[in-house]
Amino acid sequence: MRLTQKSATLLALAVIVALAPLFFPSSFYYRVGALIFVNGLAVTGIVILTGWAGQISLGHAGFAGIGAYACALAPVHLGLHPAGAVLLGAAISAVLAWLVGRPILRLKGYYLAVASLGMGILISMVLNNERDLTRGPDGIDVPDLGLRGALKAAGLDLSNGQFWYFFCGIALLLGAWLALNLFNSPTGRALRALHGSEIAARTVGIDVARLKLQAFVISAVYASVSGSLLALQNKFITPDVAGFMHSVEMVTMAVLGGVGSVAGAIFGAAVLTLLPQVLTVFAEYEQLVLGTVMVLVMIFLREGVVPSILRKIRGAGE
Amino acid sequence: MSELLQFLLSGVTVGAVYALVALGFTIIYNASDVVNFAQGEFVMLGGMTTVFVHAAGAPLPLAVLAAIVLTAALGVAMNKLAIEPARGAPVVSLVIITIGASIFIRGAAQLIFDKQIHSFPAFSGDDPIRIMGATILPQSLWVIGGAVAVFIGLWLFFTRTLLGRAVLATSNNRLAAQLVGINTTFVMTLSFALSAGIGALAGVLVTPITLTSYDVGLGLALKGFAAAMLGGMGNPKGALVGGLALGLLEGLTAGYISSQYKDAAAFIVILAVLFFLPQGLFGRKSTDRV
Repeated sequence: MRLTQKSATLLALAVIVALAPLFFPSSFYYRVGALIFVNGLAVTGIVILTGWAGQISLGHAGFAGIGAYACALAPVHLGLHPAGAVLLGAAISAVLAWLVGRPILRLKGYYLAVASLGMGILISMVLNNERDLTRGPDGIDVPDLGLRGALKAAGLDLSNGQFWYFFCGIALLLGAWLALNLFNSPTGRALRALHGSEIAARTVGIDVARLKLQAFVISAVYASVSGSLLALQNKFITPDVAGFMHSVEMVTMAVLGGVGSVAGAIFGAAVLTLLPQVLTVFAEYEQLVLGTVMVLVMIFLREGVVPSILRKIRGAGE
Repeated sequence: MSELLQFLLSGVTVGAVYALVALGFTIIYNASDVVNFAQGEFVMLGGMTTVFVHAAGAPLPLAVLAAIVLTAALGVAMNKLAIEPARGAPVVSLVIITIGASIFIRGAAQLIFDKQIHSFPAFSGDDPIRIMGATILPQSLWVIGGAVAVFIGLWLFFTRTLLGRAVLATSNNRLAAQLVGINTTFVMTLSFALSAGIGALAGVLVTPITLTSYDVGLGLALKGFAAAMLGGMGNPKGALVGGLALGLLEGLTAGYISSQYKDAAAFIVILAVLFFLPQGLFGRKSTDRV
């Protein structure tokens, strides 16, 4: 029996999420794992936008910021349950992406990168400056999701680290499943056609601008939910989540691993999340190493690490 | 009245710096279609290198010269090591490469120099000059004069010299330029050297006013990029006007609206330009042939 690429990716991911804890030397790694899954979720959105629709965003952290601060503010000011706040954040992100994307995505080239860059920085500026609401650069507390307590009452007692590890792992599986379904749908095929050649896609009747807009909105929702999960598991959030460097990190993770494939992008998220943990010993050199890795991978493994290696393996096997 | 004049004067000073950074973007974009996000690091290197060479005992003019030459050499190295090997790569890859290069340069600067904030003495002292109730620092005049000199110099270079025209030809049509015997590889090298050198000069001129540290590059790159977009990407005249307009807007925002949100002006401008005037003020409408 041959697995389709979709079920192979999901199966591998599920196995990794389930079995990785067996190899954790300490409970600290549950936290690192949860962080990888949160980043993986955001990066899956980048795959849809950049890998399939061929557009670059340099402001996706802005959406993560909206998702995160929705979880911090909506329960306090609107009396919303944190889970409802996640949805509210996603809805705001989607609307904002639609508003910004609609005029921009009719243009070709760098424009979405530039517009999203401006938007992302404006969002992080508001989060930093509106101290009365967001408490500024020092950050703000985020209410508890309450699910761990409910599970405990139902007889499933997980440590905080374990709970968030599995919760984020399941969220990532769900996100990857949705993305892969999209990939195989008519919309997914149309997206890839558009990436291949916009003009050719248009001549076969694809509404190019609308499709790009859809991809942008969907990826904004992914980023927003990942921001929400980050805020909820840390119970604390600072405006850094919306900063320009976070946007760059997201794109870099996706492109390093392989922006055309969900599996590759999640691998990229894992590597770049682990790298700073490993490099704490060489904290001084972190930026140096990160910059070098980015440049070298882009020159020598243009499709990203995972697709390039897969191609080598397949090439050798045939 | 004197208040308005004061805001305008400080706006023109920062605007001149943004114009120089935007010009750096424009030169590289024209020669290679690459938007070089490491442009701000060149500005940082100009300031930081001058600080450290000067501190090591070299007289200020020599330190300035060393900073500009070293940064230009680094620009050439970046082109040879990171941009040329990736020729033909998709836009996303090139964006990541230049961002990677900028992170690398920042990391290196943090190791080679330090994480402190630095400055060196202003060229002509610190006594403010009074103009109709407003004041301006002599160093601001250096910044504005420097920008004007660079623009006139480049204009002469591009219109009056064979080499300058070769650069223009390459930016118009790379293949055609190659066919008439222009060494386009050399043009690329030259463009990176020029762009880095101009960035370093901007850093040198502005450091006595704004101070410098290893991480000032990113903000400047984003502002310069906004200015270049406003003027119309790829147009040197647009870089000058875009930079000055952005500086003035920032000065007025800081003065009359909110100094906290002065940086927001640049990014609101970006969005407004894209929504209403996607080619920028001086950009040409382009059509693609299939």
